[in-house]
Amino acid sequence: MRFFICYMLLLCSLANVVAQDCTSSLGGRVLDYHNSTALVKATILIVGTQKQVYSDEKGNFTFNRLCDGSYELEVSHPLCATRIIPITVAGNTSIEIRLEHHLEELEEVQVVGDAIPNKTNSAQEATLTSETLEKFSTASLGDALRELGGVSSLNTGANIVKPAIHGLTGSRVLILNDGVRMQDMEWGDEHAPNVDINAIESVSLVKGASALKYGGDAIGGVVLLEQGIFPVTKDTLFGKTLLNGVSNGRGGNISSSITKVFNKGWYLKGQGSYKRLGDQEAPDYILSNTGIQEFGASLAFGKRLFEWGFGAKYAYYDAEIAILRASHVGNVDDLIRAINSGQPQIIEPFTYDIANPRQQVRHHLGKLHAYKRFEGLGKWSVQYDFQSNRRFEFDVRRGDRDNQAALDLELTTHTIATDFRWDAKDDFTLDVGLLGRYQDNFANPDTDVRRLIPDYERYDFGSFVTGEYRINDQWTLDVGIRYDFSQIDAKKFYQTSRWLTQGYNVDFEDIIIGTVVDGEVVDGLIDYNAQQILTNPIFDFHNISTTAGIQFSQNNNSTFKFNYALSQRAPNSAELFSDGLHHSAARIELGDLRINSETSHKFALFQEKSFKNWGFILEPYAHFVSNFILLEPTDLEFTIRGAFPVWSYRQTDVRLLGFDSSAYINWTNTWSTEHQFALVKGNDLDNDIPVINIPAANLQNKLIFRKPEWNDLELSLRSNYVFRQNETPPNIMVFSAEQGEMVLLEINTPPDAYHLFDFYGTMQFGLGDTTTLTTSLGVNNILNTTYREYLNRQRFFADDLGRNILLQLKLNY
Amino acid sequence: MKTLKFLSMFAFLGLFLVSCSDDDDDNPDPVNEEEVITTMTITLTPQGGGGTVVTLVTRDIDGDGPGAPVDDVSGSLAENTVYDGAIVLLNETETPPENVTEEVEDEDDEHQFFYVVGGGLNATTEYANFDGDGNPLGTEFTLTTTTASTGTLQFVLRHEPTKPNTGLGDAGGDTDIERTFDVTIE
Repeated sequence: MRFFICYMLLLCSLANVVAQDCTSSLGGRVLDYHNSTALVKATILIVGTQKQVYSDEKGNFTFNRLCDGSYELEVSHPLCATRIIPITVAGNTSIEIRLEHHLEELEEVQVVGDAIPNKTNSAQEATLTSETLEKFSTASLGDALRELGGVSSLNTGANIVKPAIHGLTGSRVLILNDGVRMQDMEWGDEHAPNVDINAIESVSLVKGASALKYGGDAIGGVVLLEQGIFPVTKDTLFGKTLLNGVSNGRGGNISSSITKVFNKGWYLKGQGSYKRLGDQEAPDYILSNTGIQEFGASLAFGKRLFEWGFGAKYAYYDAEIAILRASHVGNVDDLIRAINSGQPQIIEPFTYDIANPRQQVRHHLGKLHAYKRFEGLGKWSVQYDFQSNRRFEFDVRRGDRDNQAALDLELTTHTIATDFRWDAKDDFTLDVGLLGRYQDNFANPDTDVRRLIPDYERYDFGSFVTGEYRINDQWTLDVGIRYDFSQIDAKKFYQTSRWLTQGYNVDFEDIIIGTVVDGEVVDGLIDYNAQQILTNPIFDFHNISTTAGIQFSQNNNSTFKFNYALSQRAPNSAELFSDGLHHSAARIELGDLRINSETSHKFALFQEKSFKNWGFILEPYAHFVSNFILLEPTDLEFTIRGAFPVWSYRQTDVRLLGFDSSAYINWTNTWSTEHQFALVKGNDLDNDIPVINIPAANLQNKLIFRKPEWNDLELSLRSNYVFRQNETPPNIMVFSAEQGEMVLLEINTPPDAYHLFDFYGTMQFGLGDTTTLTTSLGVNNILNTTYREYLNRQRFFADDLGRNILLQLKLNY
Repeated sequence: MKTLKFLSMFAFLGLFLVSCSDDDDDNPDPVNEEEVITTMTITLTPQGGGGTVVTLVTRDIDGDGPGAPVDDVSGSLAENTVYDGAIVLLNETETPPENVTEEVEDEDDEHQFFYVVGGGLNATTEYANFDGDGNPLGTEFTLTTTTASTGTLQFVLRHEPTKPNTGLGDAGGDTDIERTFDVTIE
């Protein structure tokens, strides 16, 4: 096409040569799009000719002795995206050319290696590239995140993995999936993020609440799941297919994505993946009922130009996850028996069947977004997103209720958000934004089980201002403030016995709106002799978050950062309302209407240094949370089933101190090692006891052999040593009906330290011009070591996974 | 301008969706737990007629709620007597109360009652009904007393136990009921 234009132009000019003297000139200036400063040494080329000039100190340039006619200019600058500009020359013509130099924002560069841009100026951050994510193609997001220092996970078996940052998880960790904050019942311990890891191309992690743009309540941190960025100016088609097989679970997955980019900025992208695993295995036995079936698909299209663009996206995720059969217990005696027996009470032959207990989740995500840049000012973006999250939990039930869910929740969320980024000045950027959100939770009564979480509506409103100021080449300062309002308006049934024992009749009598008589709600009646009453709690929360920090970068080899973040988080619906028996834990969990927001202060340092053959990163932090909401045993209740410990949400002051550290050494061109150590200590200051579920210290060492000449051969051997968590809250005394006395329930006794070895090897083969095949082989837990992990809720019932061999074929085209 | 139009369409759509989802001010339906067992009644009838029928009742009307079960033992057992025992389970949160025993007996292969005589009570138990495979179910049993004594009688219902088994020790499964009564033989 371009050739054709050039050809025409050439013809044109030839014709003109005859017709007239070529004495016209073309002059002009090359300016920065944002702040109108002159761009020096920009190259201006008349396409199809040898004529090329450079802009001077003031951005000026001139072509002399041109013929009148139409030309195309190619304007390029080392820091900017190249532009092609059509122009008509008639006599002495002048033109003003504006170039964009914020390349990372233009998202036109292909991200390679570690070039994922930072999300904040001064907070502790880490990233995962698509290569790392691909290694975890058959696992989950939480597993991949554990590669990063300071990230652990709270597991329920191997398939339900909730990421934890510096010891904090659940509602304290925000997950943004391509700019959309995931709303997926993250409040439950056994609710993992509903994300297909194969749909993600890179991950950025902010360890703390410093990324105010995304939310003020990220007391643990923010996980940003991002899409790859691709050139938008040329017509291309590319894709990727991954095929995985794993031995443990005797299954695998397939995942494929394809992107089509049209030359006018239009793009279309589709992706899909399917995973199926059967029962997984510990070294000595089958973990009966631990299979999984997962399906994910997404479709996105839009137009992306430098000055404006818009896009639409739809993503679907569906997972059916079996829960270890032996982890379903009827009462505290069953739990004691399970803990004492040392191996699962139920071991059956391998099967692909997913039986009860199991959970099924369906997540729909829709997003519309648009942006527009204003010359010399900045960029304005607006986004609307919709999410629907449906969760079924099927329990081991009596009668023909196996296909009747015991928990059936439907969470619908609409969010509209807008922000403006003012980046006209080189040394100063300002970001302001607004957000509105409406959420509706529907707890389906067809379960015939009392609702664990009630029906509620929640309204959120947020606004923020953040600024970044570059003092000089070395120092950059950032500050930010955010305000969030949220209201939760619930309709909850309470058993009158629960209402009275909680003392709500004293504090909350005004929220009762009716009493259940003969299975019907009678409005306005308060009758404590009835079994259930209906209440309408409405709570408002006003939260402020701020952050301030500084970064000092001497050169590319040394960076120092300090950050302080104050953040507040409103209690989630589980912390306020949860009320019921938890079968996998043999405990009654109780929320408390009196719970209010928690407030966190986090001080974090970051120090990175690289030398010729080695480098290190050290990240210490001190984190103080007042009114920290935690769940702990408070009481014992007797039912016809036996005794149950009662775990209640309460608030206390907590201190978390820790550090993450990592280092690499390049011993030779081919041999290198990587080292990582993370430690965190959590204390409940009011009671002077350790905080529950704090990850144990862990040390990872990796030996790597790389030989690019041999088809990009890479081999690595990793050792992962997890220490015993010696600081846990005390065990509790419970009544055992079987033994007829109070006995110690070793619910908090940590498992022993363990040491695992993993191997990973990969090679690449070129198949034609644009196609590459990557093969890789991984072996996890090479020695088939028997171990249990403190942060796996199934550690009471069974050993963790045994050896797993993974084989992967990747085709890039 | 086109962009602006497009954007305002988004905003409008957002507002529309918010406003139309907010239309129900109705109260949610209460859940009546059909699966809960609130009441276990054990009727001990002396064999051969005559004698006094003894009932052991435990009632936990709020299920998993904070209220503890309330027990009622109608009287003492007689010495050297063989009693026919029958267990009836009810869900009294429903009106009329639902008989859960039938459900348990329908799924006899997935259930088993266990009886534990404790605290020096001079009595023994025998299963009197069985599942299709000939393994004990135990909603019916016999209780044989010998000499005067006091002690405890514990009743445990397990869901999905290992069958056959040699008792509570190796039965596994989930406990649906576990209740101990203080009993006197005189």
